Amino acid sequence: MNETVSNGKFGQSVKRVEDARLITGRGRFVDDLVFLGQTYAAFVRSPYAHAAIAGIDLASAQDMPGVIRIFTGRELADAGLPPLPSGWNLSSTDGTPARVGLHHALAVDAIRFVGEPVALVIAETRDQARDAADAVLVEYQELPTVVDLAAAIADGAPQLHDGIAQNRAFEWEIGSSAEVEAAFAAATRRVTLNLRNNRLIPNAIEPRAINVQWSAFDQAMTIHLTHQNPIGMRGFFAFMLGLPSENNLRVVSPDVGGGFGSKAPAYAEEFAVAFAAKMLDRPVKWTAERSESFLTDAHGRDHLTTAELAMDDDGRFLGLRVHTLANLGAYISTSNALVVSYMYATMLSGQYAIPAIHARVEGVYTNTCPVDAYRGAGRPEAAYLIERLANLAAREIGVDQAEIRRRNFIRQFPYQTPLIYCYDSGDYEGCLDAALGLADYAGFGARKAESQARGKLRGIGLSAYVEACGIGPSKLLASLGGGGAMWESCEIRVQPGGSIEVLTGAHNHGQGHQTVYAQIVSERFGVPMNSINVVQGDTDRIQAGTGTYGSRASVGLSAAVHSCDKIVAKGRAIVAHMLEVDLADVVFADGIYSSAASNRTVAFVEMAQAAHGAASFPTDQIEPGLVATSFFDPPNFTYPAGVHVCEVEIDPETGVVEVVAFNAADDFGNVANPLIVEGQVHGGVTQGIAQALWENALYDPDNAQLMTASYMDYGMPRADSLPEFGLCFWPSPTPVNPLGMKGCGEAGAIGAPPAVINAVCDALGMDHIDMPASSEKIWQLCRARENS
Amino acid sequence: MGMSRIELRVNGRDVEVEADGRTLLTHALRDHLRLTGTHIGCDTSQCGACTVHVDGKAVKSCTMLAVQAAGCDILTIEGLASGRELHPMQAAFNDFHGLQCGFCTPGMIMMAVDIVNRHGRPDEATVRAELEGNLCRCTGYHNIIKAVCAGAERMGEMA
Amino acid sequence: MYDLGYSRPASIAEALELLQQDDMAQLISGGQTLMPVLRARLAAPSQLVDIARLDDLRQIRLIDLGIEIGAGMTHAEVAASPIVRAKVPALAALAGGIGDAQIRHRGTIGGSIANNDPAACYPSAVIALGARVKTNLRMLDAEAFFAGMFTTALEPGEIVTAVQFPACVEACYLKFRNPASRFALVGVFAARLGSEHRIAIIGGGNGVFRWHEAEQHLDRGADIDGLDAVPLDLSNFTGDIHGSAEYRRHIATVITRRALATLS
Repeated sequence: MNETVSNGKFGQSVKRVEDARLITGRGRFVDDLVFLGQTYAAFVRSPYAHAAIAGIDLASAQDMPGVIRIFTGRELADAGLPPLPSGWNLSSTDGTPARVGLHHALAVDAIRFVGEPVALVIAETRDQARDAADAVLVEYQELPTVVDLAAAIADGAPQLHDGIAQNRAFEWEIGSSAEVEAAFAAATRRVTLNLRNNRLIPNAIEPRAINVQWSAFDQAMTIHLTHQNPIGMRGFFAFMLGLPSENNLRVVSPDVGGGFGSKAPAYAEEFAVAFAAKMLDRPVKWTAERSESFLTDAHGRDHLTTAELAMDDDGRFLGLRVHTLANLGAYISTSNALVVSYMYATMLSGQYAIPAIHARVEGVYTNTCPVDAYRGAGRPEAAYLIERLANLAAREIGVDQAEIRRRNFIRQFPYQTPLIYCYDSGDYEGCLDAALGLADYAGFGARKAESQARGKLRGIGLSAYVEACGIGPSKLLASLGGGGAMWESCEIRVQPGGSIEVLTGAHNHGQGHQTVYAQIVSERFGVPMNSINVVQGDTDRIQAGTGTYGSRASVGLSAAVHSCDKIVAKGRAIVAHMLEVDLADVVFADGIYSSAASNRTVAFVEMAQAAHGAASFPTDQIEPGLVATSFFDPPNFTYPAGVHVCEVEIDPETGVVEVVAFNAADDFGNVANPLIVEGQVHGGVTQGIAQALWENALYDPDNAQLMTASYMDYGMPRADSLPEFGLCFWPSPTPVNPLGMKGCGEAGAIGAPPAVINAVCDALGMDHIDMPASSEKIWQLCRARENS
Repeated sequence: MGMSRIELRVNGRDVEVEADGRTLLTHALRDHLRLTGTHIGCDTSQCGACTVHVDGKAVKSCTMLAVQAAGCDILTIEGLASGRELHPMQAAFNDFHGLQCGFCTPGMIMMAVDIVNRHGRPDEATVRAELEGNLCRCTGYHNIIKAVCAGAERMGEMA
Repeated sequence: MYDLGYSRPASIAEALELLQQDDMAQLISGGQTLMPVLRARLAAPSQLVDIARLDDLRQIRLIDLGIEIGAGMTHAEVAASPIVRAKVPALAALAGGIGDAQIRHRGTIGGSIANNDPAACYPSAVIALGARVKTNLRMLDAEAFFAGMFTTALEPGEIVTAVQFPACVEACYLKFRNPASRFALVGVFAARLGSEHRIAIIGGGNGVFRWHEAEQHLDRGADIDGLDAVPLDLSNFTGDIHGSAEYRRHIATVITRRALATLS
């Protein structure tokens, strides 16, 4: 078995230490767990997207083999399960709070999207639960549905929630409309763009799962849950289940098979299962089938946007005006109000110095699955819009797509945008040049000619994205309507034998935390990687934390650095006594304490022994033991940025787009582990290309049925879909955290879609094509052009 | 209908499973034999997370009944390493960062070994085509491809 | 899936007996189409009669006509067979592109043609090459076997035992994949048998069919490029979210031309 016995070092491509269990089939995912007395849950789901529940007949289902109990929404509500909480209190511009439609864990009176759970069956086996769920008879009274955003806000549209006219949850604005009006009045050139940002389905390969144990005697619940933020969920569950305190609840998220944002919300099904377990006093497990995941895992994106960009004759951006209808789905989910406002519209300045920006976002209910944070969450939508506008601007002015960006880049940092956020650091033009070099931009003409000779259309597209990671500080987020708490904690415990436990509230579901935390602690203490164990995902072990989303590694790792500093400092005080020298004379380097005043040295491990032995220093001055805890609240977001260059070849006969080259230069600040970071970019770029070309959650406009409800109909990227990518880093370390790290998890999914669509438009010589740029759509365009 | 006893050979060991007719091979492995390294990621035979070898060939264990496998020799991810010695393909996935969340990984590795069994030292294009039936949402496949090619080299050297 | 029984008869006769005794019983071969259907609870047979391992169905041999492939041969076995590769290389290539590698290890030619999924690949070769379908009762000409989508001429108690293909090295199968399922959005099997051209198209939605107008066009010695102007009845195609009927028809024309261009 691999063992990492060497010391880690920040910036090195250290192989992952968490791999051993995962490559041998010894990972522990929630569905792998079975407890004594285990029961299984299955949901009865609505086949209709909008309906009133006229009646539920449980009689025949209840008598089926193995059935323990069947719960309806009415029963859970009557027993005290409240509607789902919203994680973000967004207010409309006029000050009125968002109009929130009640969301019950199991539908009580009405169904608002297809697949919404109506009843919950608990049985002795998984198949028995499923069999009985099929036998539950629900009488629905179908209601008219609405899927389309524009239709949903029209007069007379089917209304989802009582008292929420035209399905409008909020109308929110940012920036100065007066300044934008003035900018447009002064502008000589402008471009306009109408676009749809297509809806995505997350598709973490591990489906959602929960296994709940309840002990009635000590009123204690243990929940094993596939989640990105088990500590945050403890508070949600304690509230929803009416437990006396969080102490009655332990939430464990062991190995989690991908999150991407879709395992961050508080979901209806999980609350229903936990509540049922409490009423039954037996463990209840539910694992979603993929078809359930398609219908109910919070979806991503789904915007309908109109934007106008004002320029002078040289193509300098003067003003930007944006209006977006954001599809919330049937309910306000945990953080979708945040995603469509402060994670989206605030980023519309892109990499450009645009003096005046105004954006208006309307949150709209439709008969579709709730939308929430997904792989970039708001930032991809912003980058797509501004980067498409940049290419339209280049066409309008008649300059190259790289040139229009150079003319508008932000060059001074920190840079205060007109939209709240203040960019920390960057070198946008340097990044552009690096990317263009990597992509051999200068040689594109020859490649295009070569493609042409084979009857193919070749195009190249740039995207210069900037995004926001490492969300914080807490105070800022609280002022925008969130609950604050955007810090992360890290506790480091050094045992007498020198082994080290690193406990953090961040959660690893693929990001390689166990390696990167160990790398940093190993380097700081001068101890081998394999003496360090990183502990996450268990509220009984981790005191506090906020989970992983929005590339928060920099926040948690900064807390780790501070805890390391505290341990090292305490060690200096202990060693001063051991060597009988002044504290000021003790230095620590490469795992060794030394002093110019002594010829003795003390290794870190010896110091740890001494700290626990507590015999070599006065314990009235220095406490025994070696534990340090830190909380890090970032003073600002970090703003990773980069330039992606996509090259496509289009077969005009079939309309098929092939991505033939993809190169990216990214500024993630300092990179802790290039091997891991490149892997994060690969995954993100693949998602981005897939959104641009294949992925599209499609609801039937007539009845709001999900038409892409399995891998048979939803276009996932596969191994043969893509070329190899060319990547390089162009770091401008951030000053907002001690490691200078910015974050990399979402970058690819943000940067890639506009690069692909810009390349497709370049190949076709046209202004715009909506995602996904399907082969038929392109064929139709080519044919229309031939005929005209 | 009803329960039946199914004899299988799993990872070199003769075992018996008592299961009803509809029990999928994947559930027999996970629920009955507690070999939970074989994962389930879909219900339409697309994702490949459940890939195991049946009589030396990679198959989707969610698309086969346990009873259909009666009498067969089955190899799962748990049986790939010999003792503490990783199979070269497992080691290659670690060396080339061929996994992130690790959920699709057992299926990927079992498929990768099957590819090498049939193709020897495949080129990148062959590996990409042969992995058509395995979905990964984390890696964009790039490091998986590198790992499979490197694993193939090492398997070749050992053969 | 719903619970069901399972039996593995030792012979075709025994399989027939089981089917006779239980009219809710269902044959299963590789099961790569049937299992997802069962898992989705779209069918509820009382029992599965597994014929995948019957020796009688498990061989590929030379016959006067060309080759005979046992119904129980998997796609992977057909793709790798030296006999198939020598006598009908396009058929081996077709089999090597069905589904994915894992599915090719289980799915069988008999199961595929008996199911007659309109997006399945095999029926195009069966029709284009004028293959013969052998059952326990009779020999059926290809054209008589397929009867619209998911329907065949098979009677209750009739089992496909083999498919006989004429030798043909001048043939090519091209598949335009649905980007989601990777099934054929359209597939074309183009063959030249002596002086005669045969073109069979799948994926249209209504089951496999021949493009007679194109065959006649080519038999007249006309140019491949002229195919674009040859009528191809739109009613052979249905549209869905992955492609309109017009697009499918267009793709069929394009890949027919490309398949023919590969023939010497």
